[in-house]
Amino acid sequence: MKKGKPNPSANRSIRGFAAGIGVLFLGIVLYLAYFLTAESETVINNSYNSRISAMEERMIRGSILADDGTVLARTVVATDSNGTEMETREYPYGELFAHAVGYSSAGKTGVEALANFQLLRAHGNFLENGLKELAGEKKTGDSVVTTFNLRLQQIAYEALGDRRGAVAAMDPSTGKILCMVSKPAFDPNTVAENWESLIHGDTAEARLLNRVTQGLYPPGSTFKILTALQYMREHPGAYKEYRFDCSGIFAYESYQIRCYHQNAHGEQDFTQAFANSCNGAFANLGLSLDLAGLKGLAEQLLFNRELPLSLPYSKSSYQMDSGAGDWEILQTSIGQGQTLISPMHNLLIMSAIANDGVLMRPYLIDRVENASGELVKEFRPSEAAELMVPNEAAALQELLIQVVNEGTGSALKRDTYQAAGKTGSAEFETGKETHAWFVGYAPAEDPKIAVCVIVEEGGSGGGTAAPIAAELMDAWLLGE
Amino acid sequence: MVTLIVGISRYLMILLIMIYTYYSFRYYFMKEEADQGRAVRRQTVCLFMLHFLANLLVVLNTESPALAAFYGAQAVFFLGYIYLYRLFYRKVSRTLVNHVCLFLMTGFVMLTRLNPEQAMRQFVIAVIAAAVTWIIPFVMDRVWQLAKIPWIYGLFGLFLLILVCAAGNTAYGAQLSLGWGGFSFQPSEFVKISYVFFIATMFYRSTEFKSVAVTTAAAAAHVIVLVLSRDLGSALIYFIAYLAMLFAATSNWLYAGTGAAGGILAAVLAYGLFPHVRRRVAAWADPWSDIADTGYQTAQALFAIGTGGWFGMGLYQGMPEKIPVVNKDFIFAAVCEELGGLYALCLLAVCLCCFFQFVIIAMKMRAMFYKLIAFGLGTVYITQVFLTVGGAVKFIPSTGVTLPFVSYGGSSLLASFALFNIIQGLYILKREEEADEKG
Repeated sequence: MKKGKPNPSANRSIRGFAAGIGVLFLGIVLYLAYFLTAESETVINNSYNSRISAMEERMIRGSILADDGTVLARTVVATDSNGTEMETREYPYGELFAHAVGYSSAGKTGVEALANFQLLRAHGNFLENGLKELAGEKKTGDSVVTTFNLRLQQIAYEALGDRRGAVAAMDPSTGKILCMVSKPAFDPNTVAENWESLIHGDTAEARLLNRVTQGLYPPGSTFKILTALQYMREHPGAYKEYRFDCSGIFAYESYQIRCYHQNAHGEQDFTQAFANSCNGAFANLGLSLDLAGLKGLAEQLLFNRELPLSLPYSKSSYQMDSGAGDWEILQTSIGQGQTLISPMHNLLIMSAIANDGVLMRPYLIDRVENASGELVKEFRPSEAAELMVPNEAAALQELLIQVVNEGTGSALKRDTYQAAGKTGSAEFETGKETHAWFVGYAPAEDPKIAVCVIVEEGGSGGGTAAPIAAELMDAWLLGE
Repeated sequence: MVTLIVGISRYLMILLIMIYTYYSFRYYFMKEEADQGRAVRRQTVCLFMLHFLANLLVVLNTESPALAAFYGAQAVFFLGYIYLYRLFYRKVSRTLVNHVCLFLMTGFVMLTRLNPEQAMRQFVIAVIAAAVTWIIPFVMDRVWQLAKIPWIYGLFGLFLLILVCAAGNTAYGAQLSLGWGGFSFQPSEFVKISYVFFIATMFYRSTEFKSVAVTTAAAAAHVIVLVLSRDLGSALIYFIAYLAMLFAATSNWLYAGTGAAGGILAAVLAYGLFPHVRRRVAAWADPWSDIADTGYQTAQALFAIGTGGWFGMGLYQGMPEKIPVVNKDFIFAAVCEELGGLYALCLLAVCLCCFFQFVIIAMKMRAMFYKLIAFGLGTVYITQVFLTVGGAVKFIPSTGVTLPFVSYGGSSLLASFALFNIIQGLYILKREEEADEKG
């Protein structure tokens, strides 16, 4: 038996199979290498990963900085009377960055959560780290430089004053979040001590809630951007011929739609109706719309869908289907009814319009630096999605400019730059003041900042919210 | 001081296994036996240094004298295994012996770190298995009737598998083992070998259509029983081994193509029929959406691998115990986490070296019977490595099989020893044959 014939064809088959196995294993090796270099950081920065919390005991948590390097959070090591080292997380600006930077004592939020892993890693000098390891000393984790601008944050914070609400701004061409304020806030320095009262306090206060991303509000007239866009899609080239005679109250069958404070706008064309935020005109226009198309548009603009956002957020919702009754149509087309949106979402829509339809992925972390300030990693802007085609964005830009020049957004009228935007006054409970909205961007020809403001029970968007947006734009564009 | 040793030895261990792996590949490009001997000796040196460093860390971290003694016992065992083997079988493949030691060593270290009691059990089983399977090359050299009893292999294997399917103990939703007075025993590990022998003897007799049909039916019976026991990982290994052997024996693309198509069809059917298959696939496709339940194991493994990075956290510095079944199916993730991605990749490369060694032996063998056995066992081995490593790193859905010699488990260990010693038997046969021809 031992002296069989050599079998070249069997050997060829075996060699072929072995080569296949080799390729398969090369696949695993490449996959693992890719995972370790490209994917692992995002994967392991997960609250289910208990390894991260173990790292905290071996590291001094790194600092969080504003865009100009101002310290927003840092860990201070002090030696107490017994000689034991105590670490305290300090937030020099207290309430100002409560939601944006977050806290890391009773759980983690904001940038503290997003950059948890980066803050617990040291990319320092190899020798220095080695020596520290030798001495059994803790290493200092990397610092995270955010996109937040201290001045814009302060302006937004002060402008909101004691009112509840949210303000956020973003650079529409990059996606950098420039400021993010939610009120009422809390002091992250004492969040652990005050935990009980923070979670059991007045529920309407909801201090821990980041209203920018987690608050859901009726969009009010800011939704007219969608109604208008849908109408433009259904009447390409002819939408400007739309006319409506506004008497302050639009009666349809047994229903009535009122304009804000029952203002009679008189004879309105499409652009004027948008600029003056005429409810009657838009409710009437809504009745003619293809409802399935409107829902499709809403979902294209990320209603009922995930936002490209790494912070926790509430999903905006748009309910109306093609079988809806007249009242629902009238309400929904002017942003009332069951539609709900988060301020961040509204900001993203506005940014996409400003950026010719392309939504940039919003981000809060610009770069990671080691403890001695050397660059470890830089984050680059990236496109998240195209929300609309460029000529749709251009048509909306034209409408939004008219809001500022001729309509409800006159608070943003400037000689120095051209702003664009939309106001909103959203009813949410009978007998209460409306929520005041403003979303907009500037300068119109080359947008550098997009802003979203909501002031809860603030009254009219043009009167309350628009001036806050104007302050931010002035500061960013004029340096005032 | 301890931190210094921990810090340095982490990198030193990676360096050592890289040198080891380098010589493992280099070996095949050496023409002179003297060069090969030098390469093997360097491997052995790396091996013992690696073993010493790893156990130094174990002892420094646990400060346990028992574990220091355990290290001594292991070192004596490895010395004995490497040198006694060579003393008795002068023509043994020394590089393959080294590879076995590397796997065992990595396994012992990881298990000691996870659960010292299990590590000691594993060690005892390894000693017994090494001693028992030592005889295999000797038997193979003398008993050439091994090629004449296909149905003894076939029916014996099938009987054992059916027994497990009918009366086995269930673990993780699959019937895997037979309990027997406190010992549990996992037949599918051993039937792998009898199964390869069965196919090899059948194809050695004839590769006519009728013989192929009968063999296919019997092989399919094995696979179906395994599927019914829900041991899908083993079913897959058996299936692929059959297909590879069929292809090698017949070089018939039609057979291979039909077989592969049948396999894909069966996989689709299994996906449709069994909810546990769908769960595994879902956990692979997206472990994050159901991280608390179905995705838990995969997610924990990825956390471990990701946190460990290229250089690892260092022994006792990670949390491999967070991964369910880490000592068996997910030992590779534990190696990645604490010893480092580079270490794990080197280990994988050495596994591949073993397979290539098997293939080289298969190609050198003249008798179809031996050729098929070497190739069939090689396929069984490498498929198993692929499934367990691929599952741990989320390259493929996890199938719940062990990494030979590294994972915890007596049956797996004993079967792996048997498998490697059969290959050693073939290698020795071949070299003696070559020596005869020269003389």
